[in-house]
Amino acid sequence: MPEFWVNMGPQHPMTHGLWNMRVKVDGETIVDAEPEIGYLHRGYEKIMEVREFQKNVVLTDRLCYVSSITWSHAYCLAVERMMGLEVPERGQWLRLISLELQRIASHLMWLASYGPDLGLLTGLLWALRERELFLDLIQLMSGARMNQNYPRIGGVRNDIPEKFGAMSMRSIGHFLKKLKDYEALFQDSKVFHLRTEGVGKISSKDAIDWGVTGPNLRACGVDVDLRRLDPYETYEEVEFAPQVWKGADGGDSYARFVCRFNELRESCRILEQAFDKVPSTGAYRVKPPRRAEGEGVAHTEDSRGEALFYVCGDGDDRPYRVKIRSPVFCTMAATPTLLRGNKLADVVAILGSVDVCVGEMDK
Amino acid sequence: MSQPLVAPNLFEVCKVLTVAILELVRIILEGLGNAIPPLHDPLFGLAAFLLGTFVVTVLTWIIAMTVILLWVTLFNLLTVMWIERKIYSRLQDRYGIMISIWSLPLWPFNRGTRPTHKGTGYLQNVADGVKLLQKENLTPATADSAMFHISPVLIAASTLMIFVALPWSSGFYVARLEFGLLFVLAAFSLAPFGILVAGWSANNKYTLVGGLRAAAQLMSYGIPLILAVIALVFSTGSLNLFDIVQQQDRPLVELGLFSIPAWYIFSPQALGFVIFSVAIVAEMERIPFDIPEAEAELVEGWTTEYSGMRFGIVFGFKWLRMIAGSALIAILYLGGWSGPVFAIVYAGPVAIPIFPEELYFLLKVWVLCLIFIWISWSVPRIRIDQILQIGWKRLVPYSLLAILIGAGARVVWG
Repeated sequence: MPEFWVNMGPQHPMTHGLWNMRVKVDGETIVDAEPEIGYLHRGYEKIMEVREFQKNVVLTDRLCYVSSITWSHAYCLAVERMMGLEVPERGQWLRLISLELQRIASHLMWLASYGPDLGLLTGLLWALRERELFLDLIQLMSGARMNQNYPRIGGVRNDIPEKFGAMSMRSIGHFLKKLKDYEALFQDSKVFHLRTEGVGKISSKDAIDWGVTGPNLRACGVDVDLRRLDPYETYEEVEFAPQVWKGADGGDSYARFVCRFNELRESCRILEQAFDKVPSTGAYRVKPPRRAEGEGVAHTEDSRGEALFYVCGDGDDRPYRVKIRSPVFCTMAATPTLLRGNKLADVVAILGSVDVCVGEMDK
Repeated sequence: MSQPLVAPNLFEVCKVLTVAILELVRIILEGLGNAIPPLHDPLFGLAAFLLGTFVVTVLTWIIAMTVILLWVTLFNLLTVMWIERKIYSRLQDRYGIMISIWSLPLWPFNRGTRPTHKGTGYLQNVADGVKLLQKENLTPATADSAMFHISPVLIAASTLMIFVALPWSSGFYVARLEFGLLFVLAAFSLAPFGILVAGWSANNKYTLVGGLRAAAQLMSYGIPLILAVIALVFSTGSLNLFDIVQQQDRPLVELGLFSIPAWYIFSPQALGFVIFSVAIVAEMERIPFDIPEAEAELVEGWTTEYSGMRFGIVFGFKWLRMIAGSALIAILYLGGWSGPVFAIVYAGPVAIPIFPEELYFLLKVWVLCLIFIWISWSVPRIRIDQILQIGWKRLVPYSLLAILIGAGARVVWG
């Protein structure tokens, strides 16, 4: 059978967003792959140069619509470092809480989309059901289910409501029970192991060379977590274990699945401690200066990897230059390495496990 | 001992109906002939011809086939689709389909109090069918138009052909074939050919890959399916579906009030039952073996280019194949329609057994469908190379073992 190119995208059930994965197949085996991105390019870095510092938060929310708070937070952190602002302790704790809630919601969205990727639609509905809990919490905290606009330069927009901790703990308790159901549905299934184990393997060296970060790199056995390596906010004061693949044969879809899945539990653990330690009173925001000069860099542990913001101010009330480093953009570069030699059906099993978010990839 | 509701068989029951209608026609024709003397002879001749054996037989066959067609599609297909959509919705923590008879604008009762969207959902599939009928039938510009349009007919016809030889009870059948099992299996394996043609002729990469997958899949599960049947034939000694059920209609072990029936699943054929069930899931193209249409990577597989009712036919007839597969399992391994009759009620000349064979058989078929639905909504889909491995490396050796066991049991116990 001659080799031919198959377009998986731009309109295709495999793409969670608008992009194209061109795959060259020999029968069913992939011999080459070529990601085509840019369908959703909105010129973020340029638009941000003409808006005031605070108004850019609205934009950074829309970088990744399933993980808005983490992106806005990274931007705010960079601007604060440029301005030399210190966020009050309560503000830092509230940020941490919002970040972890957002991480759980984002990972649940990934879990939900990974089910139908493998033909398991029940997983979609189950994960979205529990995502509702965390979206409700985020809504209670920020007022919106999506594009929350919650982090502010100098803190957060508003205080958490009364009894928010108790309500969150109740949701988390319920969620931790439901995680066992997911394990029964995914990890305990022989067919799931057949589809994911040994599929889309990448060595830790290749992964580092291609710039893969976050859970995808941890699945290769590399202990890297910016919340530990370069702590921001109050991550130093909470105890958690970065989910690193322990076994010898990491780097496949199954390792990526397990690492990301276990992060759900770890985030719950962080939240439990955070609600204990958050001060009940105190300022949660400081007023930022209107104009600023200098450079600020912040890299944070996004749900998908290392998110980096570089902001440069020239004394005006808007940034002179902004640079965004998207984790998915770098992971995309590694997809030909991931895909080559696998079967056509594995494209979904691999790209589903690396958790693609087109909004932040195309910027 | 069981008793059918349709007795002695469908043909005889339909013949009563045909003869009654033709008698009515004869009365009208003869009345007309008496009223108009010049037409007396031709009309009386026509009446005699209509009541002749030839016309009665042909009309009865047509009516019998229509009855089984409506029974299969209008009742069984709709019900199993409804069961599936309702059950998997419940599995996913949602209500599922709710369009029902009181969703219709014409429904006159409790319009004010009953929410139109909270029915049982039985009519949702009818509504979907009506919607598909209204949609345009698109043919891709580069497609091989003739084969593209023939293959849904081929799939639908070969699927309906199964039900010609598939009995629903000892009386409710169209044709009683001596080699019924062979015919059913042959008709079963025609559809992948239609899928291959459909995928190839649409001239689309997704459909082509889907069609070729169907061909590869047929090779891997067709052989263990036939081998499991061969193992069974060592026990039955017959390919006649009626004989196979007849052999199972006796108690194996008496346990006071209850008795374990002598179904072939409780015999050395248990291994064959497992192999046959796994292979038949692949035959039905359900998850985990629905790789020809794997919607995650192939958009909609070989059905990608079909639209309108053509899509409805190729998609809906998968449920018919599931019904046929479940019915085969029920007949071969689970005693078919055999079941105890507790009482016989007479409505005039018609004897109504409680419970009739048809009910036992329907229950078995639907429960089996339910199990397949349950499985297919709780596991992911496997890969094409994995189904080939399962087929060739696991099912074929095990089915050879099943043949060995079946033959050995035949030698030992006779």
